[in-house]
This record gives sequence, structure tokens and C-alpha cells, in this order.
Amino acid sequence: MIYFQLFWNFFVIGCFSFGGGYAMLPLIDRLVTSHGWMSVEEFTEVIAISGMLPGSIGINAAVFVGFQTAGFTGAALTALGMVLPSFIIILLIGKFVQDFQDRKFIEQVFYGLRPVIMALIIFSAIKFALSMEIITSFSWKSTSFLIVFLIALGFLIFKKTHPMLVIFISGICGIILYY
Amino acid sequence: MEMKLKTLYKLFFTFLKVSPITFGGGYAMLPLIEREVVKRRKWLNEHEVVDILTVAQTAPGAVAINSAIFIGYRVAGLLGSIVALFGIMLPNLLIVIIAIFMYFAFRDNPIIEAVFNGLASAVIALIVYAAYMIGRTAISDLTTIVIALISFIILIFLNVNPVLLILGGGFVGLIFSKLKVTRKEKRKNRRRNVS
Repeated sequence: MIYFQLFWNFFVIGCFSFGGGYAMLPLIDRLVTSHGWMSVEEFTEVIAISGMLPGSIGINAAVFVGFQTAGFTGAALTALGMVLPSFIIILLIGKFVQDFQDRKFIEQVFYGLRPVIMALIIFSAIKFALSMEIITSFSWKSTSFLIVFLIALGFLIFKKTHPMLVIFISGICGIILYY
Repeated sequence: MEMKLKTLYKLFFTFLKVSPITFGGGYAMLPLIEREVVKRRKWLNEHEVVDILTVAQTAPGAVAINSAIFIGYRVAGLLGSIVALFGIMLPNLLIVIIAIFMYFAFRDNPIIEAVFNGLASAVIALIVYAAYMIGRTAISDLTTIVIALISFIILIFLNVNPVLLILGGGFVGLIFSKLKVTRKEKRKNRRRNVS
């Protein structure tokens, strides 16, 4: 039963994860916390690990959830559920859409879809920040969290630093600040 | 038949090879895929790859995996797409599972806990950065600002399923685009009538 639940839920997420890996995170977060499979704190750690590994952060996180919930079979079914919608949709496009004449229609749908995805991603960032108690309380820990966050964001936006490097250095900051 | 098997074999290993070297998600993978598929293997020309990448970005799912599926399909049909999909996914699946074991082995270690505390800030920064990158194309006028704000308010105050919100966003986008087109046409017609 859990197998079917994993497969089906991640299949649905796979159908609606427009905008790549990061856009999947709010959907997975909602699924995981509403089923009680993980707490928000645990899921934040999962995302941290997923971001450090090669490949799509969303699929990595999904596989992590699948494995933790139902072992190897769970991980495999989660991955399958996640990519099956892409597979079906792309084969349909490959078979039936020749010159991408429907681009205008797609562009019109995406015009309204992208702002929603942006809101979803920002909302999940705020949720994670709340779960790490960055915003809620004023303490040395929350202040240092905020400083590392701002520096990391600055490097990502203005210096185009590779995400992997940002993650690596912030891990070292973690050892210096909290160990 | 033998030719076909050889192509499938090559497809599998091309994507297997591209997969584990790409940290930082799908977009980092695209130039590599292009180099392998266009320049080395000469399976497709540059125009075809650009079209494929456009579809890969519009279809739901991870961009790199979508591209692998589509390229596999174009090169060797249904079997090709399956082989390419497995090629690009297998190394990552193995790496993720190894990482999970390491996580459970070390997560109570105080150093690892400190590392995760540091990582949390970076993860949130990465998520905000992803929102910023999408925002650069998403927020193009007043309508899109309003859509983003309304979805944000809905998310905060109503426990609505994100899937519904995404569907709603697509629907609203379609309606507003159509309205804009008709308004433009009306304006044009009016001008024509005046003159």
C-alpha cells in the first residue's frame, strides 16, 4: 500500500513540476509533511544533501524520501513515479508535435504559471527559514544564520558562484560557527 | 539490428557519462549534452538540439532528464528514450542511496550537526536564488506581479494544494493572454474606424 502511495503521489508531483528541480521542492515538502513521513527540519536536511549531490535536487530529494519511507523498492518506485510523466509527455510531443506550432499556447499558459511557481518557491524558502528558527527568534544563532544566508545569496546572484561551492563553503562556516 | 544495438549502447553510455559530473542541476548539464550529442556523436544538428531543449524546459520534470528522454527518442525511438533515461538516472540514484546511508551513519555526530546548521543557510539561499532566476522571466508586467502576490497570499492563509495553484495559474495566464490579444485587436480596429 505504501508502495502504491509513494508511486502515485510522486507521479502526480511529476505531472506538475514545471520549472525544474527547485520547483519540485514545495510539492514534495507538502506531501512529506502532510503524510507525516518527515518533519520540516528533517526535510531541510534532505534538501541540503540533495543539493550537494549531482543531478536534479528535486529528484534526489524524492528518492531520499522514497528510501526512508519504504527502502530500496520505495526509492525505485519514487524515481519511476517522478520521471514517468516527463517520459509520457515528451514521447507524445516527439510523436505528434512537429514544428512546435503550439508554442503560443504554451507561452500563454506559462505566462500565468511562472509567477505561481515563483511564489511557491519563495513560500517554501520562508517555511524552511521558519523551521530553522531563523526568523522567529533573535539570538546569536539566528543572526549568524541570516548573515551566512545573505552572503551566500549575494555570491549566487552577483558572482554567479557555482551552487556546489556555496554549499561546500557554508558547510565549513557551519563547523566554524556551531561546533 | 546490430547497428541499432550499437546506437542504444552508445546512447546509454553517453548519458551515463554526462550524469555524475553535473553538480548544480539540469542547466549545468545542457552544454555537456549538446557537446556530446552534436559535436562528438553527430546524432543531431544544433537546431534540433535547441528545439529539444526548449521542449525539455517546458515539459514538467527535471530539464536534464527531459532532454535525455527526448534525445534518446529522436536518435533511436522508444527504446532509445528508455536507454537514455536509465543512463542519466542510474549513477545519481546510486549516489543518492550511498549518501542516505552516510547520512544515517553520521547524522548524530556533532561536527556533522554543525555542518548541517551551516548548510541550512545555503540551502535557503539556493531556494531564494531559484525563485530569483524564475522571477526574471516570470515577472514581466503588472498582471504577473498580481498573480505572484495573490498566490503568495493564498499560500500563507489557505492550506491549498500547490497543484491546484499551478493549474489555476496556467488557466489565468491563458485567459489574460487571450484578453490582451483581443484588446489589442479592438484598439487596432478602433484606430482603423477613426481613420
